[in-house]
Amino acid sequence: MKRLSDDRAKILFEKLSKFVGPNVKQLIDRPDGTYCFREHRDRVYYVSEKILKMAETFGPDRLICVGTCFGKFSKTNKLKFHITALNYLAPYAQYKVWVKQSFEQQYLYGNHIPKSGLGRITENCPQYQGVVVYSMSDLPLGFGVTARSTMDCKMADPLANVCFHQSDIGEYIRSEDTLF
Amino acid sequence: MGRKAEFSEKPKKGPGRKSKKQKAPTFTKSTFAPLDKDDGKLSHRQKQRQAKRLQKKVVKKPKDKQPKQVYNSESEDEDVVEEEEVMSSEEEVVQNGKVKGFSDDNKAWLKPKQKKGAEPAALEEEDSDEEEVESEEGEESEDEGKVKVGKLFEEEDSDDDEVPDDNFADSDDAEGEEESEDDDSEAEEEDSDDEDDSDDEKLPIEKANKKLKKQEAEEAKLAEDEQQMSVLNQEIFKLPEDQEGEEEKPITLPEIQQRIKDVTLVLSDFKRYRQEDRSRQEYLEILKKDLCVYYSYNEFLMTKLMDMFPLTELMEYLESSEVARPLTIRTNTLKTRRKELAQALINRGVNLDPVGKWSKVGLVIYSSQVPLGATPEYLAGHYMIQGASSMLPVMALAPQENERILDMCSAPGGKSSHIASIMKNTGVLFANDANRDRIKAVTANLHRLGINNCIVSCEDGCKFREVMTGFDRVLLDAPCTGTGVVAKDPSVKQSKSDVDVQRCYNLQRKLLLTAIDCLDAKSSTGGYLVYSTCSVLPEENEWVIDYALKKRNVKLVPTGLDFGTEGFTKYRQFRFHPSLNLTRRYYPHTHNMDGFYVAKLKKFSNTIPVDNDDDLDEVENVETTVGSEEKVEEEVPETEEEAEKSRKERKKLGKRAGKPNLSEAEIEAKKKKLVDDERKYVAKVFEKPVKVVKKKPVEEKQPEKVSENGNTKKPFEGKKNKKTKTNVSETEEKKSVEPQTNGNAKKFEGKKNKNKKSLPTQKPEETKAPVVPQKPVVKPSPPKPVEKKVVTPQSNKNVKKFEGKNNKNQQQKNQNNQKSPAKTQTPDKKKPEAKQVLEKKKVEVEKLPEKVSQKIKAKMDVKKGKGKKQIGQLKQNKKKVKG
Repeated sequence: MKRLSDDRAKILFEKLSKFVGPNVKQLIDRPDGTYCFREHRDRVYYVSEKILKMAETFGPDRLICVGTCFGKFSKTNKLKFHITALNYLAPYAQYKVWVKQSFEQQYLYGNHIPKSGLGRITENCPQYQGVVVYSMSDLPLGFGVTARSTMDCKMADPLANVCFHQSDIGEYIRSEDTLF
Repeated sequence: MGRKAEFSEKPKKGPGRKSKKQKAPTFTKSTFAPLDKDDGKLSHRQKQRQAKRLQKKVVKKPKDKQPKQVYNSESEDEDVVEEEEVMSSEEEVVQNGKVKGFSDDNKAWLKPKQKKGAEPAALEEEDSDEEEVESEEGEESEDEGKVKVGKLFEEEDSDDDEVPDDNFADSDDAEGEEESEDDDSEAEEEDSDDEDDSDDEKLPIEKANKKLKKQEAEEAKLAEDEQQMSVLNQEIFKLPEDQEGEEEKPITLPEIQQRIKDVTLVLSDFKRYRQEDRSRQEYLEILKKDLCVYYSYNEFLMTKLMDMFPLTELMEYLESSEVARPLTIRTNTLKTRRKELAQALINRGVNLDPVGKWSKVGLVIYSSQVPLGATPEYLAGHYMIQGASSMLPVMALAPQENERILDMCSAPGGKSSHIASIMKNTGVLFANDANRDRIKAVTANLHRLGINNCIVSCEDGCKFREVMTGFDRVLLDAPCTGTGVVAKDPSVKQSKSDVDVQRCYNLQRKLLLTAIDCLDAKSSTGGYLVYSTCSVLPEENEWVIDYALKKRNVKLVPTGLDFGTEGFTKYRQFRFHPSLNLTRRYYPHTHNMDGFYVAKLKKFSNTIPVDNDDDLDEVENVETTVGSEEKVEEEVPETEEEAEKSRKERKKLGKRAGKPNLSEAEIEAKKKKLVDDERKYVAKVFEKPVKVVKKKPVEEKQPEKVSENGNTKKPFEGKKNKKTKTNVSETEEKKSVEPQTNGNAKKFEGKKNKNKKSLPTQKPEETKAPVVPQKPVVKPSPPKPVEKKVVTPQSNKNVKKFEGKNNKNQQQKNQNNQKSPAKTQTPDKKKPEAKQVLEKKKVEVEKLPEKVSQKIKAKMDVKKGKGKKQIGQLKQNKKKVKG
């Protein structure tokens, strides 16, 4: 458990703000105690300071995980969010995409969202904006990046992708081994 | 053309129809009067039917006669009478009604009949045709009726006329006669019935009916008896066969099934069905073998089960163990509510129901069109697939918000997540598991279910107290043999042996003690520990708890689960603490859950009791039996202390095993040598000359010590350099780190550790103290300085005190302790052997010259309790000597 280095912290917050925008603040200044980001084996954990203290009693190789894992830094120092971050991204997300019931299952298998699978989309969503993907019953399914702006979506071909898949809750099963 | 109207088929409608409906007619006697003359006779068919009935009865009678001859005469009469009674009784009654001037008895008997007048007629309508006819007959005049009856049943003419009369003229008397010959009980029944119904006109019919039923019952009984007799006969023939050439003839499964039934029958009433020359043991042996084959258990497990359950319950248990329990899920209350979840799942085509009143979060899945482990709801963490039984320990634990809770063996995270969701993501949850592969599942599940107050660690549960203590609650879902979840994993039935069980409960004890140590008795809200296993064996459940009750300041408290069978307080030779009935067992056949065990303990003091440890150890060592030496060595020792001891003993054994016998002189020489050696070793091992003498006794392997002596570390932190590499350094690091991070927790630990010190350290020394000269025999595993040695001075004091009190005890203890490594299978039997041998030796020794003999004696005393092998050697020696 160590603090994030400055450049890594920067990368993290940039990435976070892609999804939650100014709501990043709310992740850090919380009424229920101080929360912080910590790095452990290249993974970024978001955890209450209170819990963090207790976690420090464990040796580094004995400690598996504390709080919520947000993502992992690759060897090239790029941060990739894991699906586990969804717990915090979803409530603060600025832009959302809803997939049709029929496409739900396909999305959970890791497919991009074509126009035909698109149920709804937040208005004024720009291109390449990080979005959280919901099912039509408002169940957060994952997150991704819009391939087209909302306006473009309307005119798009039904088979054209409107949202690139980044992560979905199917990964809990598909890649349990690599996630943690 | 047009539509076809089907008027004919249309049912009549309208409200009027019902109201107009006639009531059932009530007939008075007079209405039938005119019919008498014409229709009184039975129609041809009716006659035929009646004749048939009679024939049947005649056929039956001979069968009836066989069983009870005394009874027969009457029963025959009654049989014959029955039909006539049915008819003639009515005749009589009617006649009686007409005729006046009866005796008092009869009047009393008749009155109600007259009042009820219409009733019987109405009732009779419901009866079959024949009876109606008969009742009609009843209205006939005396003579006619009787004559007709007489005609119909020519054979029984005489009876006909007399018996019914008897019955009715003085019914009481007649009954009295009959019944007096019947069984008393029956008589009573009938009497009471008669009194009740004596008013009723139908009494005779009922009576007849009763008799009929009685007879049928008797017949059935007889038939059963016959069957059983035949079965018995078979059994009698079978048993010897089995013993002679069991393996020769191939046995089919149905045959085995039949034999199982037969044997259980015999065992159910052994006195009656047994074969005289066969013991119960033999029957049980066969039954066990059959059950093993039929349900494909191995003999060990079947023996255990047969010990636990009475026969009938055993069969139920085995049957229901074959069937998988219904799939259950637990709602994640952090993300959804059960109602919503149920609705969502129903929409996906899942057929479900609440699991029961006892749980507000459980749902039973009856059928599902989609895989439940891959629905979007599952992936979104709305529910967890979890057996019903797995919810019980968490409910028993009853976590509160803002507590610090430890789940010691958490994989795959079902119970952990349950705890967290009850805590509503407040407080801190420690999910620990020793298995690195399985720990991933814990993390995945916790994240999926949206739990963020959790620390997942991969620590050896037995060493957890070194990491952190002071928990409010601890859940210990200990690793077990899994004999309760046979339906899930049938391989358990075949694969488990006593060694596995022993390994399990040793580990469980260790874990339980650690878990208790991790608990904080002073916690304002908690101080509770829940121990659960998915095994049904008492060795892994009650026995483990019983052990903890003796070893630590804990007591059992009610689990808070209002169902489940009570834990055993007695099992075979074991007598557990009586409060063990507060624990709960769950069985597949009674609760439709996996076999499960839940116990809830409360820690009432943070101190660790020391006094009674020795006695316990003794017991422990005697009880740890079983298995070959190699296997035993793999085993996890019950407690660290014992582990040490036994290891020492083993070494001694190994050293001495192949050696030739020593003459007295040799022994002496060796002694000296060894003493010298010791000194050498001491000099080698310890650079610091300080506690040289006391260090002798302790020579052991390194790694274990670290685990045990986590507690004892503190006092000699200064001498860290002596401790060898390994984990110690790690833990040391931790400790150095800790004070910064959470000082409070650490303070606690510090205190506890001091308390603990006394316990583990003391024991090993106690065994050693009296045995000093012997120690050298052990080839000290070369220079491995251990914390232990440093510890000795402290504990030795205790030991010495102890010694003074009772040397004998200790010697005995040594015996026992040392026996354990040999792993004698039946300790009780072997003790005497050992003693005998020793005594013999003594005798021999006494013959020797005094000096030598004394020395040898001294040695002998030391050796006394050594393992089997040694004893064996001694014997051999003797033989050689004699030879």
